[in-house]
Amino acid sequence: MSLNTQLIRSLKAPARPVWEEPPSKAGLTAKTGFVMLCCLGVLGPLWIVIVTSLSPKPVIDQVGGLVVIPQGITFVNYTELLSGGQVSRAIMVSVGVTLVGTLFSMAVSVLAAYGLSRPGSLGHRFFLMTMMATMFFGAGLIPTYLLVQSLGLTDTYLSLILPSAVSVFNILVLRAFFMGISPELPESARIDGASDLRILLTIIMPLSRAVLAVISLFYAVGYWSAWFNASIYLTDQQMMPLQNVLIQLVQKNTEAPTGLQQAVRTGQLSALGLQMAVMVLALIPVAVASPFVQRHFKKGMLTGAVKG
Amino acid sequence: MAAVSAAAAKDRVPRRTSRAGKAGKVPFRIRLRRDRALILMTLPVIVLLLLFNYVPLLGNVVAFQEYDPYVAGNGTTAIFHSPWVGVEQFSRMLDDPLFWSATKNTIVLFVLQLVFFFPVPIALALVINSVIRPRVRAVAQAIMYLPHFFSWVLVVTVFQQILGGAGIIAQTLEKHGWSGFDLMTDADLFKFLVIGQAVWKDAGWGIIVFLAALSAVSTDLYEAAAMDGAGRWRRMWHVTLPALRPVIALLLVLRVGDALSVGFEQFLLQRYAVGAGASEVLDTYVWNMGIQNGDFSYAAAVGLVKGVIGVCLVLGANKVAHLLGEQGVYQK
Repeated sequence: MSLNTQLIRSLKAPARPVWEEPPSKAGLTAKTGFVMLCCLGVLGPLWIVIVTSLSPKPVIDQVGGLVVIPQGITFVNYTELLSGGQVSRAIMVSVGVTLVGTLFSMAVSVLAAYGLSRPGSLGHRFFLMTMMATMFFGAGLIPTYLLVQSLGLTDTYLSLILPSAVSVFNILVLRAFFMGISPELPESARIDGASDLRILLTIIMPLSRAVLAVISLFYAVGYWSAWFNASIYLTDQQMMPLQNVLIQLVQKNTEAPTGLQQAVRTGQLSALGLQMAVMVLALIPVAVASPFVQRHFKKGMLTGAVKG
Repeated sequence: MAAVSAAAAKDRVPRRTSRAGKAGKVPFRIRLRRDRALILMTLPVIVLLLLFNYVPLLGNVVAFQEYDPYVAGNGTTAIFHSPWVGVEQFSRMLDDPLFWSATKNTIVLFVLQLVFFFPVPIALALVINSVIRPRVRAVAQAIMYLPHFFSWVLVVTVFQQILGGAGIIAQTLEKHGWSGFDLMTDADLFKFLVIGQAVWKDAGWGIIVFLAALSAVSTDLYEAAAMDGAGRWRRMWHVTLPALRPVIALLLVLRVGDALSVGFEQFLLQRYAVGAGASEVLDTYVWNMGIQNGDFSYAAAVGLVKGVIGVCLVLGANKVAHLLGEQGVYQK
């Protein structure tokens, strides 16, 4: 009962200001319909992908392709994909690169953002200019490629992390947030003899959890979604991350992941079901993580927009 | 938004001026001692940027060479052993029909994006902003932000499964006797398909900046306008849209400055489906000539031309914004 009233209260619109005319019935219907249509446009395709990945092969064959209305559920596609083989290895690679890359990016970005958060410190202007200038030009694909090659990074996972490790935009957002923290806190810590590193770790970072979460998500999504660097710097198919495996499966129409081709040919598994399952595996981490940090997005983007 | 920055600035102003005032007098060695921790913290990022953003700038010299990566031990030393050819690569560009077709595609796509993509987040933000139930609003926002975090691989695949020849629409049509539906490989419709993908992926995310600007508009303005007899639409025209103007100008400057980058991964991923003719933009042309064909010097020349024009566009667009009284990307 109390839960119900609570729910109703939360769904009820807050009081409309007296000067605002009540909306017309038609306008309200049109607006509601439009918002629902937008949400359906996003969720509909995802629904179809998920349902198809969970459908047994006879259902997929009977429908003749993607399944919209679920008729029976099986996890066989997932158990097959995750029990070793090409896709399991690719997931390990992607998870590893994302974890290591995000940690590395966050470490250097937070340090730099704090290092640049005190105007008037030595080299402050110079460092800031060096950073911001890179937002206006790119060196170009070919010179970057030649450099990564000469550094001997090709065919190592470092080539997926180092060239894209720093996002100046993210650093500026972090810096703007750090500068917004009231200066009395770090100052008093300094008087008590704390070093800059200690101030960063024990005062600034605990106060910045929201923005740290958002920026970590940005970096993690970047690493998780990246495929182009892997496609030009890695030659060994065994090393490919998940996105690249997905490209091979869906874009170039290979019928099934290596190791499962036999099962597809003999009709035990559906190639389409497997492809959809790989897609779901690739989108689960971002779909799960992003709503959690969503409430901080506006704050993070706002500080960036103001001071960027 | 302006209020936030003003408040933050007020907090810091005395502090900053006092530090800046001191900075002139404090000797360099003492400043170095005082700030060495800060400098050490900044260095890793500076080193990474120097290595991966500034050093490759020098690599653009291969555009003036007939670069051969195998003439010496590794890619960099090969630069010192490759013959110089002056501007030959650039004059090659003038007579290259593929280069011009890629340029044309890029410009057409930029215009289409400006017309069909750019206004969508503004319109969406106005609609979402008028939804006043907080719970409904939060859920709708969460759903609309979601596709921004999907990789281009996923987005292109989703579109392929819906609109492609083996996709769900084609299936349904085929059951009813129409066959041959395949938007994904239609070169004429490709440009609009690409815009559709961009809208699906990023239009929802784009509203975030506009919502932030809208939340900073004082409700007093709306109330005063309503008192003066302005209806819903007049209030939107005279209060809401002027409040969005600086943000729109800023995003427009950024977009025009980046006009020659209309998307790279998106086009590369659909190259096989739709063919190089329709999907070739300047960025993919550089990739194709350089990485695929090994014609590094020519590809670097194309990239260099694109980069130089890009920098000019950013500066030019910013200048125009200043002339029109907007703030632009950086302040004067």
